[in-house]
Amino acid sequence: MNIKILGSGCANCINLEKAAKQAASDLGIDATFEKVTDYADIASYGIMRTPGLVVDEQVLLSGRVPTAAQVKELLAPLLG
Amino acid sequence: MSATTDTGTSTRRKSIQRWGGLLLATVVWWALYLLNQPFWDWLVGRVFGLDLTSRLGSGVNFFFLDTVKILLLLAGIIFIVTVLRSFMSVERTRALLGGKREGIGNVLAASLGVVTPFCSCSAVPAFIGFVASGIPLGVTMSFLIASPLVNEVAIALLLGLFGIGPTLLYVSAGLVIAILAGFIIGRFKLERWVEPFVFETKLRGKIIDSTAGLTWDDRIQMGIEEVASILRKIWPYLLVGIGLGAAIHGWAPQDFFARYAGADNPFAVLIAVLVGIPLYSNAAGILPLIDALYAKGMPMGTLLAFMMATVALSLPEMILLRRVLKPKLIAVFVSVTAVGIIGVGYLFNAIL
Repeated sequence: MNIKILGSGCANCINLEKAAKQAASDLGIDATFEKVTDYADIASYGIMRTPGLVVDEQVLLSGRVPTAAQVKELLAPLLG
Repeated sequence: MSATTDTGTSTRRKSIQRWGGLLLATVVWWALYLLNQPFWDWLVGRVFGLDLTSRLGSGVNFFFLDTVKILLLLAGIIFIVTVLRSFMSVERTRALLGGKREGIGNVLAASLGVVTPFCSCSAVPAFIGFVASGIPLGVTMSFLIASPLVNEVAIALLLGLFGIGPTLLYVSAGLVIAILAGFIIGRFKLERWVEPFVFETKLRGKIIDSTAGLTWDDRIQMGIEEVASILRKIWPYLLVGIGLGAAIHGWAPQDFFARYAGADNPFAVLIAVLVGIPLYSNAAGILPLIDALYAKGMPMGTLLAFMMATVALSLPEMILLRRVLKPKLIAVFVSVTAVGIIGVGYLFNAIL
């Protein structure tokens, strides 16, 4: 699973990355993490509020920092 | 069967807890707000025995009174605004603006700029997202100007410190400036001064609405978090602003500012705006100062112009926008907005 954190290095992105890493390890997912900081790339995902969470090229969340539990709920359906 | 009854009861209990908690918070807020002045008058005047009409006494009293009052106002208004704004999103705003002509598009964009939850840290991706999806440059600029210019912190504080009149003046002035500035930028066809990659950006992927599917609990939670995060961010500005305000309140001679920056000084608004542009603060730091300066006789138009220049135009935001706008367009954006703010300042000084 490829997890991308979109945002230009603001505090929110770091918090989102923490939550996502926590969620992935809780679910036992073997995920690669990637940071997308280029504005053109961020915008090309259709995201207009950072931070954004993209899993396997699919936008799951944007504009707010979720808790690890909320990320788990988003990731769980993708496992099946 | 018993399972469904259980969930029913627990939902009901949760909803009683939620609305009961909100009601309690409102009552506590109101009580603190009403008790604020009597409490500090009593503590500073009676317990510490300072004369409330003396320089030290009125300065100290002003500092504590204003700190608590402003914190309460901020917490209350930011919470309400965040919960209301959770029904809007940048995505929905963009959809609403899609296919709108200039003119009506500028009016709509500026109004949506006020109600859409948005922080200037997202100005660049939002700019790309708007322009790449075909929304005209001028309409996009109306949104980007209105969003910081008419902000909820300023509304909260103006409402609390000066009442409904100046607040409405501020909101309508901000809207008019954003509409006109965006319209002018659109008329001049300045697309060539936008970095070319913006137009080449292809939007792929499904667009998700960042506020879709929120429950009331989520929205209330967002409100509480937003209050905490804004207060964490602005408290240094707030303390410096209130400290300066208190110093002016206690020590500046009564007619000092009226004499040098009063309504009859034709350059006052111009200077206030030019000083305000590079100054980077937010409404929370500026309004305590404005409160004190107003008490010393500076006219409201000059003060509002100073505040708008400070919050709407700032060096960090220009550096951020440099990623997508060429320097010439940034210069046009700043000058058009500044001229608008100066105009509003003189207009208010003349009619108030």
